[in-house]
Amino acid sequence: MEKVYQRPRYLTRANFHYCPGCGHSIVHRIVCELMDEMNIHDRAIGVPPPGCSVFAYNYIETDFVESAHGRGAAVATGIKRAAPDTVVFTYQGDGDISAIGTGETIHAANRGERITGIFINNAVYGMTGGQMAPTTLLSQKTTTSPFGRDKNFEGYPIKLSEMLALTDGAVYIERTAVNSPKNIIKTKKALQKAFQVQLDNLGYSLVEILSPCPTNWKMGVLDSWKWVDEEMTKVFPLGVIKDTTGK
Amino acid sequence: MVAKVLMYGNTAIGEAAIRAGCQCYFGYPITPQNELTEYMAANLGRRPGCAFVQAESEIAAINMVHGASVAGVRTMTSSSSPGISLKQEGISYLAACELPAVIVNISRGGPGLGSIIAAQSDYFQATRGGGHGDYRTIVLAPASVQEFADLTMRAFDLADTYRMPVLILGDGMLGQMMEPVEFDREAPAVPPVRADALRGASGRPRKIVKSFTSNPADLEEINWSLYRRYQVIKEKEPAADTFLTDDAELLVVAFGASARIAKGAIKEVRAGGMKVGLFRPVTLWPFPDKALRAAAERVKGILVFEMNMGQMIEDVRLSLNGDRRIDFYGRPGGIIPAPSEVARVIARHYHQQGLK
Repeated sequence: MEKVYQRPRYLTRANFHYCPGCGHSIVHRIVCELMDEMNIHDRAIGVPPPGCSVFAYNYIETDFVESAHGRGAAVATGIKRAAPDTVVFTYQGDGDISAIGTGETIHAANRGERITGIFINNAVYGMTGGQMAPTTLLSQKTTTSPFGRDKNFEGYPIKLSEMLALTDGAVYIERTAVNSPKNIIKTKKALQKAFQVQLDNLGYSLVEILSPCPTNWKMGVLDSWKWVDEEMTKVFPLGVIKDTTGK
Repeated sequence: MVAKVLMYGNTAIGEAAIRAGCQCYFGYPITPQNELTEYMAANLGRRPGCAFVQAESEIAAINMVHGASVAGVRTMTSSSSPGISLKQEGISYLAACELPAVIVNISRGGPGLGSIIAAQSDYFQATRGGGHGDYRTIVLAPASVQEFADLTMRAFDLADTYRMPVLILGDGMLGQMMEPVEFDREAPAVPPVRADALRGASGRPRKIVKSFTSNPADLEEINWSLYRRYQVIKEKEPAADTFLTDDAELLVVAFGASARIAKGAIKEVRAGGMKVGLFRPVTLWPFPDKALRAAAERVKGILVFEMNMGQMIEDVRLSLNGDRRIDFYGRPGGIIPAPSEVARVIARHYHQQGLK
């Protein structure tokens, strides 16, 4: 019988520490599949700054260097400039990439660094216990926006991918989600293209992935998937935000 | 025969770094060290296999250093006092991850934005860790343009030997001073790559470079392991320079630019018959305590001179175990005293202590 589904070669045997319904494990699996299918495992280096996904190195069987909070794009820049033949990706949450790491990320994109950003957006600080993130939606309740995010007090959800798309060095920016089989397939295609942009030496690429966080959203898993479709995508619409590859 | 060339202190560091095999430089403009960043842009940025990036901030620059060091190359950043404060986060991570790197501080007046004039008020920050956590960095304090070159090369070697960040603590006076300098090394045709470089798991198991551990017992062992390395460095690496100490009755202790000024002052008071010598720590950490004890044994008075309110004096006191009277003369805030001013201070101390 033909085997059509199996454990990815570069996914370690460790049990995921992520909460039920979290999107990280799905994205990890996709990254592992692409390492194999695109034959880039041997020269890949991942950079996960602090956040729920800092332990990505426990699951994805490639070289990894942990960075300080928000500094992933700067560390990735240093690696890529020192060793241009490597394939470098950052794996960052919204609390990291769109708050403390905004500067590093925008400037790496603007320089057209040949790195790939994987940006997991769950609209909340997950690891530290559900505080408001720059991406938290208006009226969304978090531990630090207990009355719901109010534009008069907390401002608006930030659209980092759109901001990155404004830089001339960014070649490919897409927003996807991992809350349904269809979206998961699209996410894999987007990540494949993002890595290909790096392999083709074209410039900066990033995929923003809307990812459920049932624990901190205080929802059931199914409700969290629905919330991505019904609420998150209104503020963060899915689709290609920028693509200058011509492909 | 090696040719002598006239260079600024700042540019001498750049040339020495390239000759030491520095492959990646990341920096952010700040006075009074810009000549170094500009030199690297012009002379390193387009060399085959090398990289220069003007980062968007000091924080980004030190984290680029982190990445380049992980990738196994010799790498450097430079800044001045307020910029070094921003780099402290990254320096702590480099120390934790046991990554070699060279960080240059061409210091200026502080605190805050301070002034752009040379000062020595970053001594505590440089020698006490500066960033968070229980770590040390080797700190080298050159006092001439030639030493800017020599100690830069030494800094790269020490960083690789001990797998840790090494700081060069210069200052705006020495950085912007021109002197003849010679280099005894040629730049390597192919910059070296460390064997432990992280470049993808090709032909070997994958590697993870990280500093986070959720188990305090593991972290304690990491800290003790770093501590044991620091003890070896304290044993093997202290360096100091002395000037006319053989017959000295008064010992002036000063580092960097202060030592340079003190040397002029000592020549002046020597002409007047006063037996005064200079002890200059070349490594500020590890502090050359044994050498200082030996030099202080024969003298009757000790005067510490710094361009700050008294920071190195604490290491002088620790070295001499508090059993000697130690006087201090300091000019903080970016005041650079002339040798004649320091000579007057030395003469006053000399006479006050009855050393005629």
